[in-house]
Amino acid sequence: MIQVKNLTKYYNSFCAVDGINLEIRRGEILGLLGPNGAGKTTTLRMLTGFFKPTSGDIIVKGLSIAENSLKIKELIGYLPESAPLYHNMLVFDYLCYVAKVRGIKQENIPSRLKELSELCGLSDIMHQSVDELSKGLKQRVGLAHAMMSDPEILILDEPTSGLDPNQIAEIREIIKQIGKEKTIIFSTHILSEAEATCDRIVIINRGKIVADDTTQRLKNHAASGSTVHLSLYGEDESEAFRVLGTIAPDIEVVKREPVEKGVVSFEIGSSRPEDLRRDIYLKIRETNWIIAQLTRESQTLESIFHELTKGN
Amino acid sequence: MKQIINIAAKEFRDYFISPIAYIVISLFLVVTGWFFFSTFFLFDTADMRNFFSMLPIIFSFIIPAVTMRLFSEEINVGSYEILLTMPVSFTDIAVGKFLAALLFSACMLLPTISYPVFISFIGDVDPGPLLGGYMGAILLSGAFCSIGIFASSLTRNQIVAFIIGASICFTLTILDQILFFIPSSITEVVAFFGADAHFASISKGVIDSRDILYFLSVIFMGLFGTYIVMQEKN
Repeated sequence: MIQVKNLTKYYNSFCAVDGINLEIRRGEILGLLGPNGAGKTTTLRMLTGFFKPTSGDIIVKGLSIAENSLKIKELIGYLPESAPLYHNMLVFDYLCYVAKVRGIKQENIPSRLKELSELCGLSDIMHQSVDELSKGLKQRVGLAHAMMSDPEILILDEPTSGLDPNQIAEIREIIKQIGKEKTIIFSTHILSEAEATCDRIVIINRGKIVADDTTQRLKNHAASGSTVHLSLYGEDESEAFRVLGTIAPDIEVVKREPVEKGVVSFEIGSSRPEDLRRDIYLKIRETNWIIAQLTRESQTLESIFHELTKGN
Repeated sequence: MKQIINIAAKEFRDYFISPIAYIVISLFLVVTGWFFFSTFFLFDTADMRNFFSMLPIIFSFIIPAVTMRLFSEEINVGSYEILLTMPVSFTDIAVGKFLAALLFSACMLLPTISYPVFISFIGDVDPGPLLGGYMGAILLSGAFCSIGIFASSLTRNQIVAFIIGASICFTLTILDQILFFIPSSITEVVAFFGADAHFASISKGVIDSRDILYFLSVIFMGLFGTYIVMQEKN
């Protein structure tokens, strides 16, 4: 669907995007992650044709953006960061204008607006001026703008930034819903969001891609070693410490602050990725201790992100 | 072509949504009306020559005020990004905005048609200079609109856009009067760039292709400049 070849963008001498190669397949929801200033927005702006790349090429459905930027713009719906809409227009007028520019036939405009207002929850604000809207509502109008012509590709730049948790959940729901048929690329720096909505995650740092994989594989890949948290009811600390140490030769048992009153807590680490919980349980069954808590800490996207974007 | 109309229609409506349109039109009518009629009866001739002769100076301040927001505001608010990622070309945008500003200027001139109607009650008005005058006024406002749009595309600050636009327009207007500062060998060339003389000859009712060509080329250069600035930005 979209091929990005060696994409580079310089602002004067500052290199914002440094030779990105990417291939995005049809029907994929791709999350673009990265710290502030990593080049996410610049990359998206080049994909939408707002910026010209310094070098490299973007090919959408076989069309190069350098020669066919108008045709490509017709295929892409774009929500810029913080939805900068025309602030002096009514929502209805604004969406009518967008519909006309997007080439929707006059007679189809009312039905299309109705569909979108239902999908994005705009029916109550259609006759309000854009500058009276709260940030979340503006974001929804922007989303309606992006989806106006039912484009095959949707590019959303931080669609949930500055929204409250309910609104974030709503927007995520909308993204998931339309993502069933459309190709969606969105940037975010909220990791749980990417984890919850994306099929595939690309992490960029300092203009370079540092990770590009499905969400699940990315998590598995980074999971080297495992950690288990264990709490026991009112046991003798040093005795427990000694017994746990005999589970396997290469584990490390560290005493932790008790998680609640009347328990002793430990963190048991291993350099191997196997699950230790089974061994721990079997060991404890030999004694008469009572387990208060036994959990395995899974490698989160956060830790992968920190790992990959270190040195910032 | 369809996109040009879409953009022009949106920008034109925008003028009348905000109070700017009404303020600018009122200001224009008060200033021209007062200057025109305060001396009208002293000359004792039933023509509009006086009205048209002050148009270049007034336009060189009013028109940049009309056009200053066309690009600056969009760049400042960020809606420029929305505009450029819709399927419209640079030419559509520049020409669309230009047509909206030109149409607005025509609306500004429209109420002044009441002047010749009024004058015709007290004397015979020669239709030649009148038609020429209005045609020249449209051409002149077109030229100044395209300069104003060019100035607006240069900066995100509307005040700066206004000052740049007004300076260029004002310079073109007074160029005829400052010719004695210029070496005599090039006066003729420089004089040709002055907007005032071209406008004056049209408003006398003499429709010369050179004058029309002058205004059309200023319009073209302004819009082409805007096109280049847009391309540079992206």
